[in-house]
Amino acid sequence: MNLLEVKDLRVLFDTRDGEVVAVNDLNFSVTPGETLGIVGESGSGKSQTAFSLLGLLARNGRASGSARFRGEEILNLPEQRLNRIRAQEIAMIFQDPMTSLNPYRKIGPQLSEVLELHKGVGRKEALAQSLAMLDAVKIPEAAKRLDSYPHELSGGMRQRVMIAMALLCQPKLLIADEPTTALDVTVQAQILKLLDELKKEFNTAIVLITHDLGVVAGLCDKVLVMYAGRTMEYGPVEDIFYNPSHPYTQGLLHAVPRLDIPGAALATIPGNPPNLQELAAGCPFWQRCSSATEHCQTDAPVLETFGEGRLRACHLESRELLEVV
Amino acid sequence: MLSFILRRILEAIPTLLILITISFFLIRFAPGSPFTTERKMPPEVLANIEAKYGFDKPLYEQYWSYISGLAQGDLGPSFVYKDYSVSELVATAFPVSLKIGLTVFVVSVVLGVFLGILAALYQNTWADYTIMSFSVAGIVIPSYVVAPLLILLFAIYLKWLPAGGWNDGGWQYMLLPVVAMAKGFTGYIARIMRGSMIEVLNQDFIRTARAKGLPTRTIMLRHALRPAMMPLASVLGPAMVGVITGSVVIENIFGIPGMGQLFVNGALNRDYSMVLGLTILVGALTIAFNAIVDIAYAYIDPKIRYS
Repeated sequence: MNLLEVKDLRVLFDTRDGEVVAVNDLNFSVTPGETLGIVGESGSGKSQTAFSLLGLLARNGRASGSARFRGEEILNLPEQRLNRIRAQEIAMIFQDPMTSLNPYRKIGPQLSEVLELHKGVGRKEALAQSLAMLDAVKIPEAAKRLDSYPHELSGGMRQRVMIAMALLCQPKLLIADEPTTALDVTVQAQILKLLDELKKEFNTAIVLITHDLGVVAGLCDKVLVMYAGRTMEYGPVEDIFYNPSHPYTQGLLHAVPRLDIPGAALATIPGNPPNLQELAAGCPFWQRCSSATEHCQTDAPVLETFGEGRLRACHLESRELLEVV
Repeated sequence: MLSFILRRILEAIPTLLILITISFFLIRFAPGSPFTTERKMPPEVLANIEAKYGFDKPLYEQYWSYISGLAQGDLGPSFVYKDYSVSELVATAFPVSLKIGLTVFVVSVVLGVFLGILAALYQNTWADYTIMSFSVAGIVIPSYVVAPLLILLFAIYLKWLPAGGWNDGGWQYMLLPVVAMAKGFTGYIARIMRGSMIEVLNQDFIRTARAKGLPTRTIMLRHALRPAMMPLASVLGPAMVGVITGSVVIENIFGIPGMGQLFVNGALNRDYSMVLGLTILVGALTIAFNAIVDIAYAYIDPKIRYS
């Protein structure tokens, strides 16, 4: 059974210039212990997808569609019921560990309040469990860190604290919103390794949001490729990497820097993502797509099943595509 | 922290000295003197009086004798309220202003912070608009308009409260002046609080707190209140000095024997020692409360540490 099943998820924002669709009819699912990667450029709606699941959208945002967690609808739940799911069932870690911890409070109480709230344990017991969790995420001198303020820790350490905080209640699902983007490359690798270990240790399913294909390849079982708020391609990680069926995915894979070919120029996808406020009919990617036809300009491709457990939205036959590469 | 406080006290001395010196000479250069009366005094009498208070000596000698008196805690005699020293007059007037001022301060801070938080939480809803409309009204409608209207309604028309007087600070006598003084201050604090709270609520760590499943009340009290107090702390120090040293307008309208009246009478009558004494008091209080604000910063924000 699916742990999380998202159907036709839409996220809209009311702005001065009208309604903006940030996420458009997204469908995906996560089984227990599985890792799903959501990949896309900045502004493709990855983070808003995550926020909508936990009711963390900005004031002017709203979500529609359905998101079932263990069979129960969680989209647009009232705050009170969401609070029983947050941290306890679904936890989240954020992009920027420098700003995600409260700079005015010590690490200890920021961790322990989660346990005090959800598990009803006393302050002392909560701090002891927090200490154990800090050890689990490999923070040196964990006991001392409980008494530290966030600004006394490095970025990598703070992200470890955030991960510890997220795992305190042993949630079934962890949503990681670009957990390594704000970190040094060496620290990125450590955090990813840590996530991979913890996933196995606690049998936590992960929704990993990233724009780094290397991260996806190393950690994920399934991949959802997003562009302009829509699904471009969705399927098992091996298929996506070895046999990408969408020009956008191909472009992304092509743009991964190659160090094994001497003197190779960095490949890019020309152009910029479209303005979501001025999205015309047709495929949102056609202007940047080298295989685009007239058909692509007038009709948006629908998401169709393709191969085994794969979905893709493209008018081109996959056969034609392979020839393009 | 102790060395920080000690340093602030040592720094205060030269600051005060400069303040005293400037005020001393400024008030002397103002036209007229404490003994200027409508009817011309015989020159011999005037000379006698001036000799009694040492006005016949050169200015620098008078300055020196004032400073040396001050070093012994003597603010000198009042030139207008005969037979009273400045210290005696301040000692009777200051507690009155202090009592009203502290009440105004507590009422405004509690109410202003509460309303500001409410407005921020319900940002751009009718609750927010109502609170902010009243805040702006409180700030822009002058107290000399509100105070007489309050008297008219509650004292004269409804006869619930006395129209003025002090009566050793009975609550009936305090109520209207406190309302008249607190309305602007409350509005001011509510506006600052709303602004800083909205800013804090948009911070990433508030989203983290929400993702933890904390109820709104806990998020506000534990996570948002302290950072939101930072901008408020910096205005509360000087504002505190303002309210406890009395309001000229309010004290005159309600006939309250506080510091405001001493100020006005002192300045109008060229009561040199009185004006100087009050300047020193306000100056010292301002320096003290600014230091308290600095200490409060360190208490609120762990990133600020004085050593």
